[in-house]
Amino acid sequence: MLKIDNLTNEIDGKAILKGLSLSINAGEIHAIMGPNGAGKSTLAYTLGGRPGYDVTGGTAEMDGANLLEMAPHERAAAGLFLGFQYPVEIPGVSNLQFLRESLNSQRRARAEAPLSGGEFIKLAKEKAALLGMDMEMLKRPVNVGFSGGEKKRAEMVQMGILDPKLAILDETDSGLDIDALKIVGAGINTIMRKPDRAVLLITHYQRLLDYVKPDFVHVLADGRITRTGGAELALELEREGYRELAA
Amino acid sequence: MSALPLPTRRDESWRYGDLDALARVWPVDAAERIVVSAGETFSRIIVQDAASSEVAIRHIEITIGRDATAIVHILNTGGDYGRIAVDVTLEEGAHFELGGAILGSGTQTLEIVTTVNHAHPNATSNQIVRSVLAGRATGSYLGKVMVARDAQKTDAGQSVKAMLLDRTATANAKPELEIYADDVKCAHGATVGELDKQALFYLASRGLPPPQAKALMLQAFIAGAFAKIADDAERERVETAAIAALEKLL
Repeated sequence: MLKIDNLTNEIDGKAILKGLSLSINAGEIHAIMGPNGAGKSTLAYTLGGRPGYDVTGGTAEMDGANLLEMAPHERAAAGLFLGFQYPVEIPGVSNLQFLRESLNSQRRARAEAPLSGGEFIKLAKEKAALLGMDMEMLKRPVNVGFSGGEKKRAEMVQMGILDPKLAILDETDSGLDIDALKIVGAGINTIMRKPDRAVLLITHYQRLLDYVKPDFVHVLADGRITRTGGAELALELEREGYRELAA
Repeated sequence: MSALPLPTRRDESWRYGDLDALARVWPVDAAERIVVSAGETFSRIIVQDAASSEVAIRHIEITIGRDATAIVHILNTGGDYGRIAVDVTLEEGAHFELGGAILGSGTQTLEIVTTVNHAHPNATSNQIVRSVLAGRATGSYLGKVMVARDAQKTDAGQSVKAMLLDRTATANAKPELEIYADDVKCAHGATVGELDKQALFYLASRGLPPPQAKALMLQAFIAGAFAKIADDAERERVETAAIAALEKLL
């Protein structure tokens, strides 16, 4: 589903990703762990197409299509979802209006019929309930006045509604208390743990991986994947720290 | 009728005007005079969407009687030069409400010019103007609030915000206060900004193409200008016209 080969990039003239390669097949959940400043968020933003994250070399393909040539909204329509570490507040724009327009833009780009107002509300209710979020919150402006945990939960409601093929979740676990972590973990499993879906979890800590069991764990250090293993690698990292294993 | 001289830029209320365009239609009609009787409520919606080569100059003078209210909403978006001037005089306990949007592109010059005269005590006024400007357009709000010596307990508010879609566009915001009473509240705020790039990327990452993402944010930006139109159908009509005008800027 996702094939990254020898990816390099620069931000403000500084090399961040230094030849990163990674393959994710449909049905798989991968976790990327690593120390601060290793390039984890940069990888997420680069795959999402954030302006300023210019690729200087290598390739990234999703289902055989060149991801790097697509604009951010085209990547979304192709099935990519980026869960933000810091979801953005947008005053005056309601979640429901924004999500309905987003979903229907994606559907039009894929030559699918747009959802009617009624169909959309039904879908939104179902996904909000899955993540234990009150519909009233979805009527409010995007992320405005949401606590850190509510923002992360709202990201997962968005993911549920948009139903992507590949989700890249950047520190979705940060800011969550234990109860919210369980709900979000269960949400990720319900929405994305399917044979035709895939997830790339970016995280500092092992604790989310207790709820979303990864098939592969990678260590990202200094702009490259330095080690790959199974779920047990995350536990080892938790015990030993990155310093030993990243080298 | 004796010929009136064309205004010059030395005239404060015309300093940002397009005087060459004005000369094409000079002399303009005299101001429309409106008197709101004591206790009454008057409302007016002005949608200025003249064809692109036209010059549209409107001037209204409103006297708001004791405990009366006047509510004016303006969508100023058409013409080479579109200027809407509103002069208001408030009697005791009266209220004036203005909600305006200036949406311009190309080489348009669009203005909302107000003079609000708090001549008597206990009157209130509130003005909200939102501008979105693209290309080489100029959008100006000049708002003068005068508070007479015995107009105590005056409460006058001015909120002016402009969004520039291109660095070549110009926004002028000039709230102006002339206060002779000593127990009054006159709040005024003015900002000029650009669309938040982080928010645009966030919206794009969910599948919204850039023009749609911008339209959504701009709709939210100007929403405050028309929020106080009481009649739902009327409000919807103006908002629809504003959204259509916004889409032309993108």
